[in-house]
Amino acid sequence: MLLPPDASAEDVQKFREVMGFNDPFIVQYGRFFLGALRGDFGQSVRHGEPAFNLVIERMPATFELSGAALLVALCLAIPAGIVSAVRRNTVIDYISTVVALLGQSMPTFWLGIMLILVFSVQFNLLPSSGRGTLEHLVLPAITLGLFTTARITRLTRSGMLEVLSQDYIRTARAKGVSDPPVVWKHALKNAAIPIVTIVGIELGTLLGGSVITETIFAWPGVGRLSVQAIYNRDYPVVQAAVFLLSSTFVLVNLVVDVLYTYLDPRIRLR
Amino acid sequence: MDPAPISVPLSRAVDLSAGRAPAPREWALFARRLARRRTALFGLVVVMIVVVAALGASWIAGYDPTEQDITNRLRAPGSQDAAGRAHLFGTDHLGRDILARMIFGARPALMVGFAAVAISGVLGMMVGLLSGYFGGWIDDVFMRLADVQLAFPFILLAIAVIGVLGPSLPVIIVVIGVSSWVVYARVVRGAVLSLREREFVQAAHALGSRDGRVLLRHILPNAFTPWLVVATLDMARVIVIESALSFLGLGVQPPTPTWGGMLADGRVYISTAWWLATFPGLAILVTVLGINLFGDGLRDTLDPRLKL
Repeated sequence: MLLPPDASAEDVQKFREVMGFNDPFIVQYGRFFLGALRGDFGQSVRHGEPAFNLVIERMPATFELSGAALLVALCLAIPAGIVSAVRRNTVIDYISTVVALLGQSMPTFWLGIMLILVFSVQFNLLPSSGRGTLEHLVLPAITLGLFTTARITRLTRSGMLEVLSQDYIRTARAKGVSDPPVVWKHALKNAAIPIVTIVGIELGTLLGGSVITETIFAWPGVGRLSVQAIYNRDYPVVQAAVFLLSSTFVLVNLVVDVLYTYLDPRIRLR
Repeated sequence: MDPAPISVPLSRAVDLSAGRAPAPREWALFARRLARRRTALFGLVVVMIVVVAALGASWIAGYDPTEQDITNRLRAPGSQDAAGRAHLFGTDHLGRDILARMIFGARPALMVGFAAVAISGVLGMMVGLLSGYFGGWIDDVFMRLADVQLAFPFILLAIAVIGVLGPSLPVIIVVIGVSSWVVYARVVRGAVLSLREREFVQAAHALGSRDGRVLLRHILPNAFTPWLVVATLDMARVIVIESALSFLGLGVQPPTPTWGGMLADGRVYISTAWWLATFPGLAILVTVLGINLFGDGLRDTLDPRLKL
């Protein structure tokens, strides 16, 4: 599969020997495992470069996209969720609830294509592919961030509603604290814990979702690299990409766990 | 359709006969409460329409979804072809009727949805029951396994496995099914942890029931409600994943029409024929929205405190 179809039997045999395909499965796995510990995933079959370096080179682009998407999500979702909860059952609440529901049900890749259709094809406002300027970042970031936006909006709303019905909020109001401080200081701080949790989990969704978004917008990140690597059967690159994306996700969740202790002093790290 | 059988609400489960099939009275009560939620009812109707379309595709569609007609390619929605046949949503780059393909595309989507949810649901239920009931090292092993599973970006894992094994309906179903058990396991485990300490379980033990019997007859029926809610909402996620895989060319292969595959075709013609990509996407959106609405209603009715 990795050699030209007209390769001779000896060539195939030599190639298998060089690649170590003739060794028992467990030996191959052991070699992979020891290599992976040292950051050595082998050479990319297609590019002839170390797979690890190829993936690392693409990491910044993926982080940029995921970070931008998360920023979009937080900037839209938290205010929307708070307003929905404070002004419950008003027009604003209905609009934000419906938009959140739609956002949660919309496939990312379709949203991406529709955004390209409207903003690139019809109005020619924003570029539809590539990376470079801030304008290149707008459509992919919105596409990738929408699902997360929808989830965080719904979570913020329900969290705030729960907190706002607590006794200490009534106490604060009773002793004459005006509306804004109650919402921002008393309520939001207590509603923040589930939001922080979900942000950690959502980052995994974003890193995974970048696979599709990067493919649509030809964004030169790890996601697109790994899809191409799978089509090319370039397994060292696939392994390196999955390994690095997963490690990132685990690391982020560790940071989130540490953040809890600042938000909720009742939680102590042992 | 009658709502799926549900267990006794937890608050009334103290009675020793817990584990019997829910009485018809309780079904009716639950159905009435669910029917009062208009959005849930709307979601159910949408899902029913999609199911009927998938089952009766051959009769409803009016066109063969794979019939090509190059002279009538890229017809705009609502226009007629040379033979005077109307194409409500237009035709694609090979002259195939888009509406017919959308109707047939519901089949792989629902098939993968139901089958994958069944696999992951049963796996998750088993893991959750064992983990929550026995605790100790069994619990540790399963929960660490869940952490490992969650650490991988799911879509990347699915693409990698399908890329190696080759895309086919069984492979897609198994890959999605086997890697989606974690949510079920966690929810069921949580329910079991509290059920384990309840009086009726202790009573069953006192009467000499074995672990297996206690788990299956007394605990499982009561852990069923949260499981059902998770299953419904997970179905929406699975359908999106199926279409994403088809979009990347790793789903059910052509000529079988899939929503994701239609979108991928339409993407190429985005600057000249907007309808190619728009309508299949709407099909996914409406189906998933319907399931989500129904699932939300189900959760609010059955288990309002369940956080998902």
